[in-house]
Amino acid sequence: MEEPFVKTEIRKDENIVYKRTNLLVDRPLSYCPGCGHGVVHRMLMETLEEMDAQQNTIGVGPVGCSVLAYDFMNIDMLGAAHGRAPALATAIKRLWPNKFVFTYQGDGDLAAIGTAETIHACNRGENFTIIFINNGIYGMTGGQMAPTTLPGMRSSTSPYGRDVATMGNPLKITELIATLPGVHYVTRQAVHTPNHVRKTKKALRKAFEIQKENKGITFVEVVSNCNSGWKMTPVQSNKWMEENMFPFYPLGDIKVDGKLIEKKEAAGKE
Amino acid sequence: MAKIKGDILVNIERCKGCEVCIAACPSATIAMAKEVNGKGYHFAMKVNNDCTGCMNCALVCPDGVITVFRGKVE
Repeated sequence: MEEPFVKTEIRKDENIVYKRTNLLVDRPLSYCPGCGHGVVHRMLMETLEEMDAQQNTIGVGPVGCSVLAYDFMNIDMLGAAHGRAPALATAIKRLWPNKFVFTYQGDGDLAAIGTAETIHACNRGENFTIIFINNGIYGMTGGQMAPTTLPGMRSSTSPYGRDVATMGNPLKITELIATLPGVHYVTRQAVHTPNHVRKTKKALRKAFEIQKENKGITFVEVVSNCNSGWKMTPVQSNKWMEENMFPFYPLGDIKVDGKLIEKKEAAGKE
Repeated sequence: MAKIKGDILVNIERCKGCEVCIAACPSATIAMAKEVNGKGYHFAMKVNNDCTGCMNCALVCPDGVITVFRGKVE
């Protein structure tokens, strides 16, 4: 397996401009090929590396595909019962107010079984960061319909598409919690193109910086693909996400400095 | 005149062959190999010398298998 262009003189240690961060444990990620989780994991760890916060961060893992996040993130992590990560993070942050605390949750965890915990933690204005990965499906268990599934979207429990009349409307939980007074910063990002990845990293950095000032919940939603659950190739699923998910879940900041951004701006260009 | 050139190094045993990097590369430097790695995935591979070291491929790679180099060549 010889690479044809293997010999170039610039392949030297001092010329490295980008490499996988050491805060990610050196083992293969358990996610499917092309899954957005890997990118979010890496951006999160790079943010913590830049802030020199490896020793001062406690993460709370969810139930879902990223239940094994503690296997990959080289920081202190706890596993919460399904949906209860915000409740656990509340306790951690109150006991160790000087640590950075974050929860990392999917849509089945945060928007379905954990709705009560999420809404009440946000309403109380706890000072931790919630990272919400939204792929509109229960990815781990085989692609069942989730509260965030789009109208008409096919899943294994809605094979003819989600019918709003019988299956209810999708839940825009990010917009819902943005209206709560305890929430300081709410944003929605994506990780399928380099530009979006950079923006996501900036949003994560901002969220952790706000945590230092004890101003309230910071909430970063990442709209991600689930190519296995959607039954597509990774590149197809990114395209499908752009065409179908983004009109319903527009990217951009929703609440900055405790003030809701006008709908027009929030719905604007990503 | 010195030119800035880039280079990538793919950890082929960790690559899962999702092809997201190919869509992100502006200089068409990456393509999938015909061979497979130990897990049975076709891996990403450098196929020309046009790399500028823009890091796009490394940023979107879900598994972080790409290391990017950038330096001056005479």
